[in-house]
Amino acid sequence: MPDNTSVGVVTAEEVRGRVRDLAAAHDPAGTDPVAFLGHRFDAGLAWVHFPVGCGGLGAPRALQQVVEQELAAAGAKPPNVYRNPIGLGMGAPTVAVHGTDEQRRRLLRPLWTGEEVWCQLFSEPGAGSDLAGLATRAVRDGDDWVVNGQKVWTSFAHKARWAMLLARTDPDLPKHQGLTYFFLDMTLPGVEVRPLRQATGQAEFNEVFLTDVRIPDAMRADEVGKGWAVSNTTLMNERVAIGGGAAPREGGAIAPVAKLWREHPEVRTGGLHDRVMRAWVEGEVARLANERIRQQLAAGKPGPEGSAAKISFARINQETTRLWLELTGEDGLAYDDWTMRRVDLGGSDGGRGPGYYYIRAKGNSIEGGTTEILRGVIADRVLELPREPRSDTKLPWKEIPR
Amino acid sequence: MTEIPSLLYSEIEDDVRATLRGLLADRCSWNDVLTRVDTDEPYDDALWKAVGEDLGLAGLLVPEELGGAGGTAREVAVVLEELARAVAPVPYLASAVLAVGALLAAPEGPARDGALGALAAGAKVGTLAVPATTYGAPFPLTVTGAPDGDGLVLTGAVTSVLAADRADLLVVPVVVAGEPYLALVDGTAPGLTRGRITTLDATRPVGPVTLDGVPAAVVAGPDAAEAALRHALGLGAALLASEQLGVSERALEEAVNYLKVRHQFGRPIGSYQALRHRAADLWADIAAARATARYAAAAFADGSPDAEVAASLAQAYCGDVAVHAAEECVQMHGGIGFTWEHPAHLYLKRAMSLSLLLGTADRHRTVLGGLVDLPPA
Repeated sequence: MPDNTSVGVVTAEEVRGRVRDLAAAHDPAGTDPVAFLGHRFDAGLAWVHFPVGCGGLGAPRALQQVVEQELAAAGAKPPNVYRNPIGLGMGAPTVAVHGTDEQRRRLLRPLWTGEEVWCQLFSEPGAGSDLAGLATRAVRDGDDWVVNGQKVWTSFAHKARWAMLLARTDPDLPKHQGLTYFFLDMTLPGVEVRPLRQATGQAEFNEVFLTDVRIPDAMRADEVGKGWAVSNTTLMNERVAIGGGAAPREGGAIAPVAKLWREHPEVRTGGLHDRVMRAWVEGEVARLANERIRQQLAAGKPGPEGSAAKISFARINQETTRLWLELTGEDGLAYDDWTMRRVDLGGSDGGRGPGYYYIRAKGNSIEGGTTEILRGVIADRVLELPREPRSDTKLPWKEIPR
Repeated sequence: MTEIPSLLYSEIEDDVRATLRGLLADRCSWNDVLTRVDTDEPYDDALWKAVGEDLGLAGLLVPEELGGAGGTAREVAVVLEELARAVAPVPYLASAVLAVGALLAAPEGPARDGALGALAAGAKVGTLAVPATTYGAPFPLTVTGAPDGDGLVLTGAVTSVLAADRADLLVVPVVVAGEPYLALVDGTAPGLTRGRITTLDATRPVGPVTLDGVPAAVVAGPDAAEAALRHALGLGAALLASEQLGVSERALEEAVNYLKVRHQFGRPIGSYQALRHRAADLWADIAAARATARYAAAAFADGSPDAEVAASLAQAYCGDVAVHAAEECVQMHGGIGFTWEHPAHLYLKRAMSLSLLLGTADRHRTVLGGLVDLPPA
């Protein structure tokens, strides 16, 4: 690991030099992709704003763009974020901010290369929007914590080596104070993963049952009782790939709608034309809004617009997939396949019929924070409106009605 | 599709905003605006001098060699955001955007260059003599011209011209022997009559222009007139989105401030989910409008081939956001929001009239359908 801890502010020129050195030592086009990602991590070019030794250079976040541009110019393919979406989007920043040196050393490199996939064990059957009300218990026993409980809506649990686990360590404290965060090795005894079949017929998600799982205390993130703060680090990290280009025009749900409209004049009516144009406009506006968020992030000035983008995406995707289904008319009565299938990492749900996408879009306003919760987030954190009165935040967790 | 330009604000743009916002806070409070509505002087000429002349913003789009500031549509967009936030009663859109936009797209020549110099200095106010709601229509036929020496003599009428009664220079689309021209008319020319109607947005007057044998100079002939007019209207539509953004932001700010202080049933009304969620939705829509308005301004600043799409996209989206924001501002204020003495109606009237200017959202969706190959039934 190169030692540049004493270097002051890292410049764009230094970053360029490092990319050149990396590309000279390991041909970006010819090296095995996973191995190349590893070399890139070692050169501090995975996340330049992370500390030295954690895949970064302690550099300004804005310089990540320089890395991506230089690597692209050197012939490297942009790394596929789907190799480990939860880990890259949320796991890495959480480990970087809250992890011990030992945890960072152990966890970050294979997370980055995709050799160790991550999942997130937050939601429970009794704690969805009200995450801080969760009931999975972690009880200290010597050097370990013994964990019992049930988690749900877990993407990639069946592929994951590691999980971000939020558990209750003190039920006598108010709900937010009694939580602790762990990095859970999914191969430990007592971890059971079952597919969760959803309304589309397939299973993208899992239920995870934890029965007397013994997590070493060394895999606790931050202090006991700080779980809520750590989980906020996880949740605040939007899955926005720095340096990635903008999505193309007509790249989303509007694509099949526009195609159908162009190729089938017989479906055109005045009312539908208005809806197609509205959907096109909404899709293009959302694309520009996302691009602006990406530019803010790339400039090192992340804004709170991510919550807004998530709300808009859900609404637009739902309206546009419905429009597609309506445009298909008689064909819309059919559904391609109700067979239960697992969706695997990097797997695509492309090529399905409009009925599938219509049903799947219903999840968009629920998963990753419901639209209602996100509106509350904007009201609280952006508009700083007065909070709604609550009766649950000061009581010991065990006394809250359930 | 070309790469998306920067949708952020540059340091220069931030500076323009800060200077102008400071000036407007001093010189254009909503109370000032409201007081003027009840007078027979709808234009704040002192403010126009301060903005257009002293700050040099009237000539932002005009190249330095013609006496302007050599800026771009991006900075003009920021000026319009701020003027709309303050519902400022100045003819900036008519003069610095539409008239200047048409002249800039016309071929170089003494009449055009001289007019641009006068408009850039803020010494004169210009306008484009088209109905203010025009967009995507065929070249107007309501004014005809006859050759007269080097110039033209104009006869005809145009309704609903922005700042018709205030303009010192009018850029007039005319038809001469069946061919399109742009003519330049001096506000004092004989045979020219301008009026002012009582407008929904009293801060932005429009009125009729009639021409009865009015002498005029040619600024664009048949080879350039249609394109120049189309450019001016496209630029206007693109930049109108920034006015819509500005008025949306102001309306939401006022509403949110009120939600924090108004108490009913023993709680600030902003603690009720019914209102919190609506305010959050508005903020989300405004964030999207900001990206869209920035894109439209950047497209014109860069001379992008996507500029007309960007303009119609912005008008298809931002106008509704502004009207919705202003309507919510009224509703969230309850009774006080419906009174004359509260500024909410100023935002509502500005937003609603903006949604009619230079093509409604529906008109722009239709235009857009043509541009992106999504034909009607």
